[in-house]
Amino acid sequence: MRIAAPLAALALSAAPLGGCAGGDGGEGGNARLTVSAAQSLQGAFEDYGARFDPATARFSFAGSDALAAQIRQGVRPDVYAAASPELPRRLFREGLVEEPIEFAGNRLVIAVPADSTIDGVADLGREGTALAVGAETAPVGAYTREVLGRLPAAQRRAVLANVRSLEPDVSGVVGKLTQGAADAGLLYATDVQGAGGRLRTIELPSRLRPRVTYVAAVVKGAKEPTAARAFIDGLLSGPGRAALRRAGFVAPR
Amino acid sequence: MTGGRWFTAVLVAALGVAMVFLTLPLVAIFVDVGPGELISSLGDPGALDALRLSLETTAIALTLILVIGTPAAWLLATRSFRGRSLAITLVELPLVVPPAVAGIGLLAAVGPGGLLGETVAAAGLELVFQTAGVVVALTFVASPFYIRQAQAAFGALDPSVIEASRTLGAGEARTFARIAVPNALPGLLAGAALAWGRALGEFGATLVFAGSLGGVTQTAPLAIYERLSGDFTAALALSAVLVAASTAILLGVKLAAGARVVGDARA
Repeated sequence: MRIAAPLAALALSAAPLGGCAGGDGGEGGNARLTVSAAQSLQGAFEDYGARFDPATARFSFAGSDALAAQIRQGVRPDVYAAASPELPRRLFREGLVEEPIEFAGNRLVIAVPADSTIDGVADLGREGTALAVGAETAPVGAYTREVLGRLPAAQRRAVLANVRSLEPDVSGVVGKLTQGAADAGLLYATDVQGAGGRLRTIELPSRLRPRVTYVAAVVKGAKEPTAARAFIDGLLSGPGRAALRRAGFVAPR
Repeated sequence: MTGGRWFTAVLVAALGVAMVFLTLPLVAIFVDVGPGELISSLGDPGALDALRLSLETTAIALTLILVIGTPAAWLLATRSFRGRSLAITLVELPLVVPPAVAGIGLLAAVGPGGLLGETVAAAGLELVFQTAGVVVALTFVASPFYIRQAQAAFGALDPSVIEASRTLGAGEARTFARIAVPNALPGLLAGAALAWGRALGEFGATLVFAGSLGGVTQTAPLAIYERLSGDFTAALALSAVLVAASTAILLGVKLAAGARVVGDARA
């Protein structure tokens, strides 16, 4: 029974999932802004948070899907930023967040350890290649399936047969690759850049590339709606946009 | 006696708060999920796979823990030697190490790029992304619960009984098997139940070290986490099954231990 208690607490969303990192907000910020953001935004958002003046930004990074589930269970951050348009749109339809706004784009790429000999999609289906990819519920996993769906059936089966782990978010995939546990995975270009030289990017051919869009929304019932709006505005132009660009994100289309 | 009475009230209040706090989340799971949903979620083959895998891996891990842990605990309980305190501390260390850190440590130790990675591979063993890796993670995280309890149980045995066995000519191995283990059984069972429960709920070390793939490494807690974002009801239902299983383990062991104590008293 004792072990089930933390699980139950998790299920009831008493606490934010994933790593919490406190950003040092600007001096002017007495207000505390809570931002639930996709794991892949961690580097860019912590950078932005340190320069964000209207409030002290605190972040909860996890898979966009896990964060959406928390909001459904009554957790109320001020801002929700996801790696896909679908999750915020669904929350918007359910009346849980305000109108979602696209604020960045990213590229899905093949990520391999820096010293890997893999150099293309064709290698992913080779026998003995261990792949770690995102679980289907997480945006990175949904995009991965989009890519696989565009492969010829035989090749798709070969790649799927090599999948050894479905990770809940991008940091799981990054960890498996940097530890040498997996030979390749599908990640965002920014994750590879954030891994600081330990991983290498192999671009997907343009016909396979999914459109990766990051979307943010003010959460209904937010304690700091004004600061939340300012935070999202800054993502579109200003220090947030600059931080996103430094981390390798592109403008939304 | 009014002084005594207020203190009793404080004690009762403290226990009340503790009990409500500890049971409410578990009760809420069963309130939130109806019996119909519980049964239909068990029709989900993914959930059944996860439960089966959890039972298999915890059973193997528990077997390893009992086989290695029992004699190790006997040694710790009955001999004094240099470095004994250090050994006890090292055995207890996984108790306070965060599970995700345990997973990272296992990767760094026996993962493909780890310290002993090549040795493990040369032995033909594959751990990461394999069911065997789940067993390793569970064993690592759960064994201190058993060894600690077993050591305490052996330590609490009446030394005169052990002495008597030895003076009657039984060797230490025979004394251990025939006298010590049967007499310490309630404590050993309690330790095994704790270890089993801990293994059944293991999440972080498994995810980090072994990964998550249905039927291979996705144990029930990992399956719950995966469902959390998509299908909360399914996550609750699977949680309910896990709570029920854990409760059954705990009750079963308590009953077994209780029956034994009663039996001993009668003998």
